[in-house]
Amino acid sequence: MFKLEARARPSRWISLASPLLALLITTLIGMVLFASLGKDPVQGLRMFFWEPLRNAYAWGELGLKATPMILIALGLAVAFRANVWNIGAEGQFVVGALAAGWVAMQAGPETGRWIVVPILVAGTVGGLAWAGVTAWLRDRFHANEILVSLMLVYVAELLLQYLVYGPWKDPAGYNFPQTITFLPATHVPRLFPGTRLHIGVWIALAAVVGVWWLLFRSMAGFAWQVGGLAPAAARYAGFSSRRALWGALALSGGLAGLAGALEVAGPLGQLTPYVPMGYGFAAIIVAFVGRLHPVGIVLSGLLMSMFYIGGELAQSRLGLPKAITGVFQGLLLFSLLACDTLVHYRVRRVRHGHRPAAEPASPPAAAPIHSGQEVR
Amino acid sequence: MDAWALLLAATLNAGTLVALAALGLLINERAGVVNLGAEGMMLMAAIAGFAATAYSGSDVVGLLAGMGAGALMALALGWLVVMLNTNQYATGLALSLFGAGCSAFVGQGYTQVTLGPRPSYAVPGLSELPWIGPALFRQHPLVYLTVALAAALTWWLTRSRAGLVLRAVGESPEAAHALGYPVRRIRLLAVVAGGALCGLAGAYCSVVYTPLWVEGMIAGKGWIALALTSFATWRPARVLLGAYLFGGVTMLQFHLQGQGVQVASQFLSMLPYLATILVLVLISRNESFIRANMPASLGKPFHPGS
Repeated sequence: MFKLEARARPSRWISLASPLLALLITTLIGMVLFASLGKDPVQGLRMFFWEPLRNAYAWGELGLKATPMILIALGLAVAFRANVWNIGAEGQFVVGALAAGWVAMQAGPETGRWIVVPILVAGTVGGLAWAGVTAWLRDRFHANEILVSLMLVYVAELLLQYLVYGPWKDPAGYNFPQTITFLPATHVPRLFPGTRLHIGVWIALAAVVGVWWLLFRSMAGFAWQVGGLAPAAARYAGFSSRRALWGALALSGGLAGLAGALEVAGPLGQLTPYVPMGYGFAAIIVAFVGRLHPVGIVLSGLLMSMFYIGGELAQSRLGLPKAITGVFQGLLLFSLLACDTLVHYRVRRVRHGHRPAAEPASPPAAAPIHSGQEVR
Repeated sequence: MDAWALLLAATLNAGTLVALAALGLLINERAGVVNLGAEGMMLMAAIAGFAATAYSGSDVVGLLAGMGAGALMALALGWLVVMLNTNQYATGLALSLFGAGCSAFVGQGYTQVTLGPRPSYAVPGLSELPWIGPALFRQHPLVYLTVALAAALTWWLTRSRAGLVLRAVGESPEAAHALGYPVRRIRLLAVVAGGALCGLAGAYCSVVYTPLWVEGMIAGKGWIALALTSFATWRPARVLLGAYLFGGVTMLQFHLQGQGVQVASQFLSMLPYLATILVLVLISRNESFIRANMPASLGKPFHPGS
């Protein structure tokens, strides 16, 4: 029989190895899944892990899809560390896209390239405001932020549908639910010829540095994280939990909105009902798999992007439903959480009839992802 | 036939769907476990139930398949959360995300499938009453069973020994452990039972309520059920009330759309979600009231030997 035994302190080594182990488990399950569907598992793996890296264009697509997820996940990592459970990033992404799209539609033939700046600012403010609703209801009325932020995702998606089916519909668009195609001046500048990569990559990398600084070098970031790990200690230290709530939601909402703006002013170029691509939900997985650490998030964001591209390729080349991406995303997070048990516990073999010596008292203070936080 | 009678009937129908899920989540939460995976469990149960009904031609088989799928998903969550002490929020989210992806994947071949002619139900005698008959007595048996379930659950939680133990596990797992109760096994059982009920709700949605399979068809009802448990301050009778209220808002919105009200349909579709937010705000406003009613160890892991 096996028994879990609390470690004296969380294993740093396993904490880094756990995402890799989770990826391995997910891959193995994936191969079994491919085989059971009558597809060649090796061929399936190629779609996910080789094709997205095959040439410069493929790398560009990889970065293009990773950018919004990295941006959103960076904000979520700060929020989750502060024990603020913003799971409505998808809605903040959509509202950011709406705000950015509105600015982009104001551009005329004589508008200069400067319009890109207000577009991105509008997106950020839009996402921030949408997350602000959650923050306000939580702060003022103690309404659970998980449920409120999630309900607002549905509201945001319906708002988008209203606008593209109604007042914002392109009059010359043959009645399709879509806005006008935004003028070239509104497009965010591309980086390399031959790829669709745009300056969002630099913005995301700047955000990585910024969030790293916030989390590990700034007083505010420190105070928020203390509030997440030990609310009583934070209160004793005089750290405001309200400020942490507002800060975490503003940052995660703002970054999600910015990601939305980069999407509409980047690869999309107009608003359609298909703006919500699930990036906001995928970013939750990206944040956890990246250990809520900015550098880890870059790696896991690229991995999740491979899942997206692999899913599309599996659809077009192997005739599998694209939804397979979602299966793998969920499996990855699941196996990660299971593997993370090994960070705090070691597996000990117990011989039958032999009781081990007294167990160590309580599991040690845990990282945010693995601790038992208080509800609401 | 009177339109209002039909509206009432549809309200009960829609309310039952959420009530079943919320009652399941209530069992979870009374034992101290938050299950954010409700949406995913319901989606998986919806496709499992739909597929089972499509193959077997029997609603009952579909509903049972849904319960099985929900219980299985819940077992995965329970094992992680209760046995391995993983974070309940993160694990529940994983379940929801997995359920959304997996149901879409599995359900790909079922989007064009229709179930055979739906049986109609009527309580003999009562269903012939004017107005009241069509409003109340021409429902699927589960509508009545849900009311019975809520009553039974109230009795079980407050009057039976097993219910008392379940509540003890949710309020103070340490005390229950000290008394010799297997806290983790009880929690795991509660999670699985709750999952089965969520599964029943999911299958009800795809087999009876809609009845068809559409990707993401639960459309937030799992999350709304989660909101309902705190709205109901963890009491089955109030869960029922809240669920019918929600069903009323949902149906009123369809009714208004049908009447050609001069409001864009999207705004009417927002109503259930906005109503949920409003209800959360109203109930949570008084923090000490919620605290006094909430199972004390809700969301906290329990490690025997600590």
